[in-house]
Amino acid sequence: MIRFLLNRELRVEDHLDPNMTVLNYLRTQARKTGTKEGCASGDCGACTVVLGELDGERIRYRSVNSCLTFVSALNGKQLITVEDLKQGDRLHPAQQAMVDCHGSQCGFCTPGIVMSMFALGKNVGKPEKEEIHEALAGNLCRCTGYRPIVEAAEKMYDDVTPDSFDREQADTLARLREIQPQAQAELKYGRKAAYNPTTLAELAALKEQHPEARLVAGGTDLALEVTQLRKEIDTLIYVGDIAEMKQVQVFDDRIELGAAASLTDCYQALSHDYPDFGALLHRFASLQIRNQGTLGGNIGNASPIGDSPPALIALGAQLVLRQGEQSRTLDLQDYFIDYKVTAQQPGEFIEKVIVPRAADNGEFRSYKISKRIDDDISAVLGCFNLVIRDGRVQSARVAFGGMAAIPKRASQCEQALTGAEWNRDTIEKAKQALAQDFSPISDFRASREYRQLTAVNLLTRYFVELESPEVETRVTAYV
Amino acid sequence: MSNHHQNKKSYAEMLELVKQDLTTGVGRSVKHESAAKQVSGEAVYVDDRLEFPNQLHVYARMSDKAHARITKLDVSPCYNFPGVAIAITAKDVPGQLDIGAVLPGDPLLADGLVEYYGQPVLAVAANDLETARKAAMAAIVEYEELDPVLSVEQALEQEHFVSEPHTHKRGDSAAALAGAQHRITGQVHIGGQEHFYLETQISSVVPTEDGGMIVFTSSQNPTEVQKLVAEVLGVSFNKVQIDMRRMGGGFGGKETQAAGPACIAAVVAHHTRRPVKMRLPRMEDMMMTGKRHPFFNQYEVGFDDNGRITGCEMKLAGNCGYSPDLSNSIVDRAMFHSDNGYYLGDATITGYRCKTNLASNTAYRGFGGPQGLIMPEIILDDIARRLGKDPLEVRKLNLYGGEGRDTTHYYQKVEDNALPQMIDDLERSSDYQARRQAIREYNAKSPILKKGLALTPVKFGISFTATFLNQAGALIHIYTDGSIHLNHGGTEMGQGLNTKVAQVVAEEFQVDFDTIQITATNTDKVPNTSPTAASSGADLNGKAAQNAARTIKQRLVEFAARHFNVTEEDVTFRNNHVLIRDEVMPFAEFIQLAYFNQISLSSTGFYRTPKIYYDRDTARGRPFYYYAYGCACSEVVVDTLTGEYKILRADILHDVGASLNPAIDIGQVEGAFVQGAGWLTTEELVWNDKGRLMTSGPASYKIPAVTDMPIDFRVRLVENRKNAEDTVYHSKAVGEPPFMLGISVFCAIKDAIASVADYRLSPAIDAPATPERVLWAIRDMEQHQQQARTAAVAETV
Repeated sequence: MIRFLLNRELRVEDHLDPNMTVLNYLRTQARKTGTKEGCASGDCGACTVVLGELDGERIRYRSVNSCLTFVSALNGKQLITVEDLKQGDRLHPAQQAMVDCHGSQCGFCTPGIVMSMFALGKNVGKPEKEEIHEALAGNLCRCTGYRPIVEAAEKMYDDVTPDSFDREQADTLARLREIQPQAQAELKYGRKAAYNPTTLAELAALKEQHPEARLVAGGTDLALEVTQLRKEIDTLIYVGDIAEMKQVQVFDDRIELGAAASLTDCYQALSHDYPDFGALLHRFASLQIRNQGTLGGNIGNASPIGDSPPALIALGAQLVLRQGEQSRTLDLQDYFIDYKVTAQQPGEFIEKVIVPRAADNGEFRSYKISKRIDDDISAVLGCFNLVIRDGRVQSARVAFGGMAAIPKRASQCEQALTGAEWNRDTIEKAKQALAQDFSPISDFRASREYRQLTAVNLLTRYFVELESPEVETRVTAYV
Repeated sequence: MSNHHQNKKSYAEMLELVKQDLTTGVGRSVKHESAAKQVSGEAVYVDDRLEFPNQLHVYARMSDKAHARITKLDVSPCYNFPGVAIAITAKDVPGQLDIGAVLPGDPLLADGLVEYYGQPVLAVAANDLETARKAAMAAIVEYEELDPVLSVEQALEQEHFVSEPHTHKRGDSAAALAGAQHRITGQVHIGGQEHFYLETQISSVVPTEDGGMIVFTSSQNPTEVQKLVAEVLGVSFNKVQIDMRRMGGGFGGKETQAAGPACIAAVVAHHTRRPVKMRLPRMEDMMMTGKRHPFFNQYEVGFDDNGRITGCEMKLAGNCGYSPDLSNSIVDRAMFHSDNGYYLGDATITGYRCKTNLASNTAYRGFGGPQGLIMPEIILDDIARRLGKDPLEVRKLNLYGGEGRDTTHYYQKVEDNALPQMIDDLERSSDYQARRQAIREYNAKSPILKKGLALTPVKFGISFTATFLNQAGALIHIYTDGSIHLNHGGTEMGQGLNTKVAQVVAEEFQVDFDTIQITATNTDKVPNTSPTAASSGADLNGKAAQNAARTIKQRLVEFAARHFNVTEEDVTFRNNHVLIRDEVMPFAEFIQLAYFNQISLSSTGFYRTPKIYYDRDTARGRPFYYYAYGCACSEVVVDTLTGEYKILRADILHDVGASLNPAIDIGQVEGAFVQGAGWLTTEELVWNDKGRLMTSGPASYKIPAVTDMPIDFRVRLVENRKNAEDTVYHSKAVGEPPFMLGISVFCAIKDAIASVADYRLSPAIDAPATPERVLWAIRDMEQHQQQARTAAVAETV
């Protein structure tokens, strides 16, 4: 049984297919058809809804793709859809601004855009242009060219009267408190089951009982198996109700990121030490995905084109893997063995990720290359972390995504750099070495030759950025 | 209203009101009629309609071969899934199997032969879509593979065409080329484009007691859906009713491609007597339906020392996919636009319709025009680089105008040419020359990032080139409370057509926009309509609605003159009132009076476009009623290490005649520009060597996202320049023309690349200019620079 608020109405559901997405729940069960299916793959944002979560004395609102969210993730939360914004005849400021700015044409992306704007309004005071872009980068519109939508996102702030969510906040808070998960929730449906453990110990026990079970956190990749590959997943363990696993802790020498902490939360913690990690995450999928997706998931799915592993490998991150009562620590680079094969044992799961602080690290840069700047999968991702002292490279960690079957260090390149003088000559040699490190594949994102050439060119960029900071090297600096 | 006039206005108040203009009529930026419903989730799309309890859902199994004979087709395993109602194949179609729009070639379900990867082979209907899909995948389909033709070059080489080539010819281009001071030859691939309407193809049908169907569809072409549903069922057209309230985007992708799902659903409904819905999941939509035609274009151009073109030959080869669909007209339109706004001298333009084993490519905003129109822009860039001139200077030199330089290669006179003046205007307002200088300076000192600038024009012909399609109908009822019901044959896909047509009717009757109820396009109300395509929606349907309104209005004027014993000239409609010499009354009150006096308050309206014709045998005529013009100046920054880029600024000046609704027109211009830029930059369609579309979803096919719009985006409409032709309120069509403004982005990227070799070489780059293609073009430039340096060193030694 799971409990959640559909806007402010309590819903108790105990007979839902755990493979059902929130989008299908809304459209077929709740008969609320304002939320649209554009792609069912989390790439267009037409299905964007907002989840309200209890966060101490306040409610935290986050935009998510309802097409990638399994219903179990609703447990203990408030689900807000486009139908909930209008009060009587009065449109919500996000809606009114869209009307006033001529922000809708065919209107099919519009509910999702309104919800992204609504979440923006709840999270950001008066936004910078970049913040508006960030809020909307996961919402495709094919009609307008976006200009009026961005204008609407600015204009909605003109209306400062509290909306119904502000006015009802105390009551909603009380209702949310009542449904906070105290114990493990379950959803059973035929042979399928979903479990929502609330502690690490419960999770460890469940994973041992059901080694075949799939862990689901954000579900942004796993849900694609259901919505795109049309698989059925019999046993799901939803880890989003485990508070300990969502913690982000900053220590003097390290940052510990719970495996179920959202990418958005990880971004905030890491970008302070590593601005380039922030810049990378900005291009990592969309805000909706980052609000749902987790670092643990991005590592655990072991994709060769996941964006965080190369950066984390370059930073020397470690994983804590847990099985039952046992924990072990592993260098992240050793986690990836072969295409979609990891060092994780059956019954084992990722508990947290440990990243060293910047003071103990070198000059970190990460560079993503993709066809489209926003919300695209990397053709190549290059991450560089060199410690340079007295004109010499003391240590080099260079890792790439998109260049091999796994995220991988460029060992020959590192070797060419380590101990060498920090100059153009060394870079040329390191580039030659780097060209030997990988033999990437050609696919619809990029050819093998393009991947090879840009990987090498990224080392040039790194050198130029460190040596000649006055030289412009990134088109993304233009906003 | 009617008999319950609260706040009845005094005579003086009414007299005051009639002095004022209507605030929601023609020329006003009235909000899109559905805006408030769209932002609140209340706007109903086909999939949002309340489902019937016994509704079936259909999934079509697609071919996984590009070209093969079907050796075995057994649907019996489909019935093992509980909830399956029926599995159908080609032999279950009771009427005509072929749903080709103009020419046959599109079987509803494969009939023994599959001709592309993604072609529907069979369809299963079940209680829910997932069951239908599983059952469809369980059917046994066996193939004997045949050799596919997957490349346009191969088709061209083998003369493997869906229909015959066609040529436009003026003068002796061979002689002109032979005698030219300079000649350039080249070839370029222009990519296709997925429509990516946010709402995928969908139809929902309900069988009627007469053996017909009521069809709720998302289609730009309700009449054709009606015709094809009737034909596949083998019933007369009058048994089938189409209802089309709105589309979640169309862009040409729902001109012919919407019919398939409607017809399959109808066949299922015919057999099961149950309501049926067919909605394509995104991947199936992208694999099954046609796209913008990729083109392979070859050219040879002759020009003088100033850069003026003296002769030109072009071969435009459209990749049509496996069937004709609309390809004849699409390749024609590419040919009609291969001059853009320029006089080509002696010219021979030939269009080829290549048959390949891909989904049948179809209408897409611009309808082939863009793939032809880009050619002179590429050619003029080549000429400018060859002569070391600024491309804008060469463009201006070649514009239509001057003695003997005002007729196209298909012999239509270019009248009322706005381009010379518009380009001068935009050159000034965009500060082109100063920025050109600044960019040269920036590039000289920026080793990695390079900037590029380009100003390109658009001249786009308005009218269906299939002349008979240039007709439209409308239906207006006025009810006794003064409220107006408006229906017309056009379809609303977001472009604001309903809003514009209602503004026309509001203007005619001088009533507020809110007085008019816009209703779903319906074949029962307005029959025999043309598709909403070719940018013609407002031109045609606005005029038809205007004519309907004028018919009723004339009756009302005659009645008033009679009733009040005044002349017809004494009767005027003004701002929700009717002024009858000294008498003034609210519109609603006047309508009641007319009703009680037995005046008909309902009328149809009809319109056909005048003046146009085209003689295919001589390849001459006036296919277009008029031209719409625009120009854009785009600036980009390109990363020479990765090929990535960003649009820094775009200035646009666009001609919509006297705008019916400036806000909607600007929305069309901006949206079209970004879509056009997407076509030429990140939107890359990739098929594998089996003919399977690899970019079959938004994860792999990248349409512009929010930060892909220009950082600085300045759009203006040309002011005080009415359409010289007698169009509805002298406005101009706006749907397609601004799409091609995106070419300025392509040329700006090429300009940035050319900077790498000091602007002495024209980068050879196919469209779309993906970061990868850009990087290879940069490498070419660098290598050429290197060779030039080596050669220079060798010379000095």
